[in-house]
Amino acid sequence: MTANIVEPAANGRQAAIAVENIVKRYGNFEAVKKVNFAVYEGEIFGLLGPNGAGKSTLIRMMTTLLPVTAGRALVAGHDVMKEADAVRRCIGVIPQALTSDPDLTLEENLSIYAKLYSVPKAQREKNINDVLEAVDLTKWRGAQTKTLSGGMRRRLEIARGLVHDPRIFFLDEPTTGLDPVSRIAVWEMLNNLKTRRNLTMLLTTHYMEEADRLCDRIAIVDHGTLVALGTPAELKAGVPGSDVVEVQFAHERPDWADRLRALEGVTSVQTQTAGVYRVLTSSGSRTTVRLVEMAGAEGETLTSLNVQNTTLDDVFVHYTGRQLRDEQVKSVFMMPPRPGAQP
Amino acid sequence: MNRMFAITEREMRKFFRSPVLMIMSLMLPLVQLLILGNAFGGHITGARVAVIDHDHGPQSVKIQEAFDSVAANIKTFITVPYTDEVQAREDVRTGKIDAAVIIPPQFSRRVYAQDAPALGLVVDNSDQFMSGSIESQIQLLVNALSAPVIQDRLVKTIALNIVELYPFVEYIKYLLSGSIALAMYISVMIGGGMLYIDDKARGVHEGYLVTPITKLELVLGLNIAGAAKAVLSGICITVIGSLIAGLSAIFRPEAELELLVLIFGTSIAFNGMMFLMMVRVDDPLVPRAIFGVLNTLLFFPAGSIYPIAAFPPWLRAIAIVDPFTYAIHGFKAILLKDGGFTAIWGDLAFLYAFGIATLLLATPLFKRTL
Repeated sequence: MTANIVEPAANGRQAAIAVENIVKRYGNFEAVKKVNFAVYEGEIFGLLGPNGAGKSTLIRMMTTLLPVTAGRALVAGHDVMKEADAVRRCIGVIPQALTSDPDLTLEENLSIYAKLYSVPKAQREKNINDVLEAVDLTKWRGAQTKTLSGGMRRRLEIARGLVHDPRIFFLDEPTTGLDPVSRIAVWEMLNNLKTRRNLTMLLTTHYMEEADRLCDRIAIVDHGTLVALGTPAELKAGVPGSDVVEVQFAHERPDWADRLRALEGVTSVQTQTAGVYRVLTSSGSRTTVRLVEMAGAEGETLTSLNVQNTTLDDVFVHYTGRQLRDEQVKSVFMMPPRPGAQP
Repeated sequence: MNRMFAITEREMRKFFRSPVLMIMSLMLPLVQLLILGNAFGGHITGARVAVIDHDHGPQSVKIQEAFDSVAANIKTFITVPYTDEVQAREDVRTGKIDAAVIIPPQFSRRVYAQDAPALGLVVDNSDQFMSGSIESQIQLLVNALSAPVIQDRLVKTIALNIVELYPFVEYIKYLLSGSIALAMYISVMIGGGMLYIDDKARGVHEGYLVTPITKLELVLGLNIAGAAKAVLSGICITVIGSLIAGLSAIFRPEAELELLVLIFGTSIAFNGMMFLMMVRVDDPLVPRAIFGVLNTLLFFPAGSIYPIAAFPPWLRAIAIVDPFTYAIHGFKAILLKDGGFTAIWGDLAFLYAFGIATLLLATPLFKRTL
């Protein structure tokens, strides 16, 4: 486990957010411990971790809601401690809770927030039209917020965060509490917004699938420490031997296990009941190709073939050592043990 | 400034969209005004007074005729003839009758002989209001009976000529000032204190804090909205309460202006006080828990239902720093006495100074971060 991730080279890209050795302490308790990372312009960056890992504390420091104990964070080039007001003008923030007023209409909610950002009247009306269109709520603009479904309210929150046309968008667990259909709708909407508006987004989540599908890069946070950072593919590739290929041949032969073991990338082969072989490999796709070629060359028929690739679940377990701290977290992260994943 | 008014706009839109707050803030003071206003301040009628006549002379007949006159006119009490003095005393103690008048033997003779004639009166003084009323009524009768039939040419006793400046003020009118202040307090407590903490707990303030709004704009925006809600509650209850109590001040333009200025000052004072108390509170249970305590602590010592002059020193000390005291005094001065600005300038000065001072104290305590 790494306590302090050193950011890889930026490849000439501009950092929209730069966090340097940032620390948050409450009395003797250190909620965030010397975290470093950068979020580049136009990317969706995910902070992934269980509840209590320090994700929300990190996002709150970057959005000027919490004072930084040590280190520094630059957002759009402004220090969050020294130039808090300049930071606030550049960012849009969607908090974890649904905080739009249920008694007000969608338009009123958006208008009040546009006023809080001093958006001029003509621009305000245009922005409200644009963001309602972007989140597909135009026809509900005059409805009271309390009449909306949970998914629509979340979309309204997103529209509210964008009404002043920010450059950087912070989303704290944007799909918590949504049903799977609404969750997917929010993901699609965020992807569209990123493309159309060239937004830089930083989101926190404890949903693996959300991080995998949405984020260009992911930082895994646990116990206030950043334990891994990279693209989803890089993170998965960093977990050795965790792809699994399950194969069953039409005819049983005593040397199948040895021949499988000789295939490219295979780290071990386990024989299971009913002639099923469980092949652990560092590259599920390459091993599968070789396996099919081998069976073809031998004139053997495959009865079944199943490939399981590394998921972010495996990445998380690999880096955090499965030190889950409560039942709620367990329900999100506990998986059946997978061979190949390091303890 | 626009950001400040955005906060106020949001609060006011919520307020008008949901009339519950307005109804809740008027409900208790109006019920209190109707019930307490009609329950207290009336005359005692129908009390039962036993008469034990050991004399049976002409003077005792004269006294009983006077009692019959009371029963037929002002109706403070009716008389019940008793023969046993011990039984009468026991019945007063157990509440079967409210008082007993004892006319002793030889009473008539002593009256004619001017030999210190005296009547006995047994009262149940556990009920001060009832016993006081019976005592004063019988004292009036005794004074009337003691007066000489033919007045002296030169009056030898000192007379007190009472001039009442105002027509008879019924208790409901006296109580209205307290009811107005109470409605404004409830409006500030629910519409300011409770909603403020609830919004904090719901994360609404987190939404404000990530915007470029300044601390002062946020504090002023919230307080202007809180004060505006209290002003609306104050105006509503002043109009409704005056119509119920039968006070006509609301129909005089000068009094309307004075009332408006006083309502405005009261709302600033109450709102500032509430904001100072709630500025660092995060738990939504706190304002609910202290609601009743504060109500008792501020409303009752302020002379709302009983004169401050009757209080012990420690209660008077509370009254001195209690904004309710000045609000209620001001409302009484306008509604009951038509006193004008001359009568309320001191109240206005205290209320505005108190409101501004509490707001100035609360602003630095307000946290711009979580």
